[in-house]
Amino acid sequence: MISLYAFMGAIEQGTAFGLMVLGVYLTFRVLDFPDLTVDGSLPLGAAVSAVAISNGYHPLVGMGIAVCAGFIAGAITGILNTKFKILHLLASILTMISLYSINIRIMGRPNMTLLGADTLIDQFIELSGLAPHFSTPILFALISGAALLALIWFLKTSFGLAMLATGDNPEMITSLGVNRDMMIIFGVGLSNGMVALSGALVAQNQGAADVNMGIGTIIAGLASVIIGETLFGKPNVTRAMLAALLGSIVYRIAIALALGVRLGDFAFTPSDLNLVTAALVVVALVSPQIKSGLLKRRAA
Amino acid sequence: MLKVEGAAKTFNPDSVNEVQALRGIDFKVEAGEFVTVIGSNGAGKSTFLNSVAGTFMLSGGSISIAGKDMTKWPEHKRAANLGRVFQDPLLGTCGSLSIEQNMALALKRGKRRGLGLGVKARDRKLFQAQLETLGLGLENRLADKVGLLSGGQRQALTMLMATMTRPDILLLDEHTAALDPKTGRKILDITDAVVRRDSLTTLMVTHNMNQAINMGDRLIMFHQGTIILDISGKEKKGLQVEDLLERFYTLRGEDVATDRMLFS
Repeated sequence: MISLYAFMGAIEQGTAFGLMVLGVYLTFRVLDFPDLTVDGSLPLGAAVSAVAISNGYHPLVGMGIAVCAGFIAGAITGILNTKFKILHLLASILTMISLYSINIRIMGRPNMTLLGADTLIDQFIELSGLAPHFSTPILFALISGAALLALIWFLKTSFGLAMLATGDNPEMITSLGVNRDMMIIFGVGLSNGMVALSGALVAQNQGAADVNMGIGTIIAGLASVIIGETLFGKPNVTRAMLAALLGSIVYRIAIALALGVRLGDFAFTPSDLNLVTAALVVVALVSPQIKSGLLKRRAA
Repeated sequence: MLKVEGAAKTFNPDSVNEVQALRGIDFKVEAGEFVTVIGSNGAGKSTFLNSVAGTFMLSGGSISIAGKDMTKWPEHKRAANLGRVFQDPLLGTCGSLSIEQNMALALKRGKRRGLGLGVKARDRKLFQAQLETLGLGLENRLADKVGLLSGGQRQALTMLMATMTRPDILLLDEHTAALDPKTGRKILDITDAVVRRDSLTTLMVTHNMNQAINMGDRLIMFHQGTIILDISGKEKKGLQVEDLLERFYTLRGEDVATDRMLFS
C-alpha cells in the first residue's frame, strides 16, 4: 500500500496533469484529432510561465501567458492540418518538434529552476495556512475542477455543440453552415491551451521547467482517458470528462504503486514508466477486439 | 431561385483519370419549383447537386442562388441557403448527440453560434411540435441519442433538420435509396408534405423512375454530363415510365453507334 503522503502526491500530480488529460480528451474524443502537439505544449507552458515568474510577474499572469502560448501552438497544428492539408498526426509532430527548439529559446537554456521564486503554490500555502502536502493538491484540484466545469459549460453552448458535431460528423456540420476548419483550429488550440496551463502547474510543483518534461505526455493523457472511461463509464460527454479527470488521478496512483513494486532485485524506475504506460494503452486499445474475438469464437 | 450558367466540372484534369462530369450545364429553377433529377450512374446528377451545394468548386461557369452569385462560396457559407439530405442516413445527423441537440444544431443553420445555451427550453416545444408531424413517436424521445434510431427515423429527422429554417433550396440526393421500400415511401410522403407545405424550391435526385415521374412538377434527365431532357407542366403529368425508358434506350443506341464508329 501507499502512504498518505504518496496518495496526496498522486492527487496533486493527477489534478495538475488533469488539465492536460482534459485537453487530450478534447482532441482525441471530441474532435477525433490525434494530436501529439501536447508533448511540446506542456513544456511550452512550463517554460513560458517559469520565465514570467522568475522575471517577477505574478504567477497567474505567467499562467495566462502560458495558456495563450499553448493556444497558438495548437492553432498552428490545426492550420497545418486544415489549410495546408498535412495529415493531422504529422502536422502535430511538426509543431511538437518545433516547440523543442522554441522552448529552449524561450528559457535561453534547456531548463530553468523556480527555486526561491514566488509561485502560486507558495502563495496558496501562505493563504490557506495548510501544510504543503495538503494545500497543493487542494489548489490543483480547485483549478482543474474549475477547468472541468468551464469545459462542461462550453460544450453545452451553441458553439460547443457545433464542436462536438464537428468531430462526430464533419459532412453534416458543414452542411449546417459551420466552418469545420475553424472549429478544428480553435478546438486544437483550446486543447493545447489547457495542456500548457497544466505544464505551468507542473513546473511550479516541481520547482523547474525542463525542455524534456513533455516526453510521453500524450501517452499518459491517453492512458488516463482510457482508465477513466473503463472505470467510470462515458454515458455522456459531461460524465466522460469527469471520468477523464478522475482517470488522471487513478493513473498517478497506479504509477505510485508501480514504483513501489519490488520483485527480488527488480524494481521499476521512473524511466520505465513510458514503457509501462504504452503497454497499458496497447492493452486497453486491443482488449475490445480480443473480447469480441473471444465472444465470436464462443458463439461459433 | 437557382441559376446555373455553363457549369462545367472536370475531375483529375490533365491526367489519365480525367473525367468530364459536367459539360456546360445551363439550368434555371424558379422559386417553389420541385424538380426531380434522374440519370444513369456517372451521368453527372450527383456531381451537379454537389456543385450547387459547394462540396467542390466548378471548373467553369457560374451558380447563383436567390439572386446571389455563389460560384466561389465555400460549402459552409452556402449552407445558410441550402437544406440537404444525403443518401446515407448516417450522414445527416450526429449519432453521438441527442435528438434535441441535433435539432438545435440545425436551428442555427447559417447563424452565428455563440456561447448561449445550445438547447434552450423554449426550443424544445418547437422541436416536439415538429417531430409530431413525422408521426414516429420521436417527440417523446428528445433526449435520446440519435445513434439509437433506425435509418428511416434518422432520415426523417434529417428531413426536418434540412427544412426547419426554410432553406432557399432543398437538395435531396437519393435520400431514400439506402432505405427499405416501406420506409423509403414514408420518407417520400414526408418529403412531399414538407415541400408542399412550405413551397420549397427542391432538387431531388433519384434512381427510381416512378418516383421521378410521380413527384415534383418538373423532371430533368442527365446523360454524360449534360441535361438531355427537361419536362414540366402538362407533359410531366402525363409522363409514363415507358416514355422515359424509350428515351434511355434511344440514348444507349446512340452510344453503341458512336462506340462502333470509333472502333471500326
